[in-house]
Amino acid sequence: MFYSLSLYFSLTIFVLGLLYKISNWFRYSIGIEGSGIPTSARIIAAVRGIITTLFSSKIITLLRVFILDVILQARTFREDFSRWLMHMCIYGGFMLLLLMHALSKFTTAILFADYYSTLNPFLFLRDLAALLMILGLFLAMFRRYFRKGWRPATNAMDLYAILILAVIMISGILLEGAKIVSPTVFQSMVQEYLIQPDEEQIRSLSSYWVQEFGAVSPSLEGPFDSKVLQEGRVIHEMNCMQCHSRPQWGVAGYAVSRLMKPMAEELDRADLPATLWYLHFLACFLGLAYLPFSKMFHIFASPLSLMANAVMDRNTSAPANIATKQILELDACVHCGACTQRCSVAVAFGEIPNVNILPSEKIASLKALAAGRNLSSRELRTVQQGLFLCTNCNRCTLVCPVGIGLRDLWVSARELLLQRSLPESLLLSPFSLYRGLTQEFIGQTRYRNPLDLIRNAIAAGFPQEQGRDPSSPFGFGEKALLSGLNASIQANSFSHCYGCMTCSNACPVVRNYAKPGDVLGLMPHQLMHAIGLRQWDLVFESMMLWNCLGCYQCQENCPQNVQVTEILYELKNVAVSRIDKKSA
Amino acid sequence: MGPGQYTASTHAVLNKLGIEFLNLKEFNCCGYPLRNFRFRAFLLASVRNLAIAEKRALDIVTMCNCCYGNLKYAEHLMKEESALRDEINATLAREGLHYEGGIAPKHVLQVLYDDIGIEQLQANLKKTYRGLKIAVHYGCHILRPSKITQFDHPCAPTKFDQLVSITGAESVPWLTKLECCGSPLMGVNDDLSMDLTEKKLANAREAGADYLCVSCPYCLTQFDRVQNMMLSRRGSKVLLPSMLYTQLLGLCLGIDPQELRMEMNKLPITGIQQFLSENGQKRDHH
Repeated sequence: MFYSLSLYFSLTIFVLGLLYKISNWFRYSIGIEGSGIPTSARIIAAVRGIITTLFSSKIITLLRVFILDVILQARTFREDFSRWLMHMCIYGGFMLLLLMHALSKFTTAILFADYYSTLNPFLFLRDLAALLMILGLFLAMFRRYFRKGWRPATNAMDLYAILILAVIMISGILLEGAKIVSPTVFQSMVQEYLIQPDEEQIRSLSSYWVQEFGAVSPSLEGPFDSKVLQEGRVIHEMNCMQCHSRPQWGVAGYAVSRLMKPMAEELDRADLPATLWYLHFLACFLGLAYLPFSKMFHIFASPLSLMANAVMDRNTSAPANIATKQILELDACVHCGACTQRCSVAVAFGEIPNVNILPSEKIASLKALAAGRNLSSRELRTVQQGLFLCTNCNRCTLVCPVGIGLRDLWVSARELLLQRSLPESLLLSPFSLYRGLTQEFIGQTRYRNPLDLIRNAIAAGFPQEQGRDPSSPFGFGEKALLSGLNASIQANSFSHCYGCMTCSNACPVVRNYAKPGDVLGLMPHQLMHAIGLRQWDLVFESMMLWNCLGCYQCQENCPQNVQVTEILYELKNVAVSRIDKKSA
Repeated sequence: MGPGQYTASTHAVLNKLGIEFLNLKEFNCCGYPLRNFRFRAFLLASVRNLAIAEKRALDIVTMCNCCYGNLKYAEHLMKEESALRDEINATLAREGLHYEGGIAPKHVLQVLYDDIGIEQLQANLKKTYRGLKIAVHYGCHILRPSKITQFDHPCAPTKFDQLVSITGAESVPWLTKLECCGSPLMGVNDDLSMDLTEKKLANAREAGADYLCVSCPYCLTQFDRVQNMMLSRRGSKVLLPSMLYTQLLGLCLGIDPQELRMEMNKLPITGIQQFLSENGQKRDHH
């Protein structure tokens, strides 16, 4: 009764959770593709997309991906063998146990007429699957906690996934062990399967089971008379053997039962089998009910992500479907960290403590954004910086085991975020190259607005903070700037400038304009001079800084060996932290 | 999709010349895009690559001027600034890396010019060009700052020209040869970026060049992909198609144009094969 009640209760939560999560795929959006498309249109587009795909030659691609990448997990295999092995153990064991054990009523019992859970090969296979899973979980823990090399931190959800499976597995094995050595369980089975046995028969059978199968009987002690054993064997062969293989075949449970044997009677009196039984099925039901809200939801989302990404791309698919796919992808992520391990710029995290730089950690922020959670403008800027500090090298996409189109996801999400009018200083760096090259995809208005915003933020100037030294750009004295200059070579060499203008004449940017001063503000030689005069407002408002190519013509040609380019780089670094601080 | 033309053509050329190389998955971005933003982050990124190469006792070869310039710059700082080196090493130690010093990053042009050498290279040529005029674009970060990059003379470089000349092509003199391609400002100030690109292309065309030849993926992107964008955006005509040196050389080494991914360039360059002739044969050309 309690069992069915809790089963139906958790099943209800599971189904409702599933519906809720799937509805999110059509209700939420995270990128520019989805903005302004109502849920109904998204659902219609999805149905249409699925039907046209299923009735096209793409069905072959889907089948191939399903076999190679979903079932055999070839993507994971190619990238990281030990991750593949770990996951295959867990996933293989899980599927076997789910289909042959948890759902045995609907699968094995129907497929095999003579199915008994206590009969081989089912008995052995069940334990084998459990052992595989435990091995996989062990590898997962090892990879997360003991392996050398950097990987993203394990979060609560990662730990939950490992723990819930571990509890289910361990309780199941303990339960099997406890039943093997439980006299009560033995008695009840005798009652159930033997037809009106007398004391003598029970004694013989018990003796045989104690001797041969490691069962425990409180009143019996070996060595047994061979005649008794012989009689026990006959009774066993007549009544038990058809549906019970040697318990030794339940290798894991049997091994555990050997450890329990010395205290078997105490454990039995404490009703251990029943306790473990409750623990086992309640853990299963908890896992089931919580599945849609946990990382385990990837069981559904990841295969869909793999298949969707195999037949969709942002150039040919309907924007509504791309938007839907992106939310699905957020659910498909298992936080394995493969993307971060291969990320071109993850290394920057060592100097810029923003976890959103790491692709595997961006996903959590995108989930919050997609769900419409209210983030402060400071949090939004952090996410935006993380999304923009990306070379678009696409390595994350190529290594993602669940096939998420990560680069497209970053691009799409960052462009939507950039429309929120938070100035982004990284736009003024070569990180913008990919954006420039793909501006047609972004759309002209959406492309230009953020650039205008950051330029205006610079042009608005840098009013001196009150109560600070007005001659200082940062409030902590220009000494820090001039001597430190982040140790770029001889950056204080500006003082050697004698204003010959060679740098400005060598500058291809300056030479591009008839009246460079009008467009650029201070030219390089003037910048060197203004630094000497501590005219920081002029220095930092000069658009020359942001139109500098970093081509080193100025520095190479300087007769005084002034490190003009290095100084411009340094000023840009300072200006960026000023802009970021000002608009924080 | 497979690798792009730079990866494909460089691999093909190095393989043909018998140079053994590895592609290390652990390498990260050289940090170039971070320089505007956070100098230390750039430095950490560059030095991490040097540390990985050092750990595996390998040389670093770059296919890109910016990677080359920035790795050289980082290497230089690590040598000169011991305090900075200690700080960067402290961060690298978190993942078990350390940079002691002594890795000399090389550009692929250096491997060809210095390690293999002009004569050896010439001996490997199956075909050469006749009547082909090439505008050589060095690119900034291989030349400047010359004290650090130490590739060639910053104002009168010849190595790249010599490498072009051995293919039989003529390296034409042109006005803005040593200037920037404009790529660093693409996406930041498109008009300015395209102005610079257009000026260079026009200059090279005026000098009579048939193609522009580059040694850096940023430059190629600018001269090929951005020039292609300029056609619709500025209504300009194709000024000059561009190609990678490894593509130019690859054809002479007898490598299949498809292996060099010639067809991946937005502005067609396959016409260059008309200028090719088997070594030793004479052939008239327009």
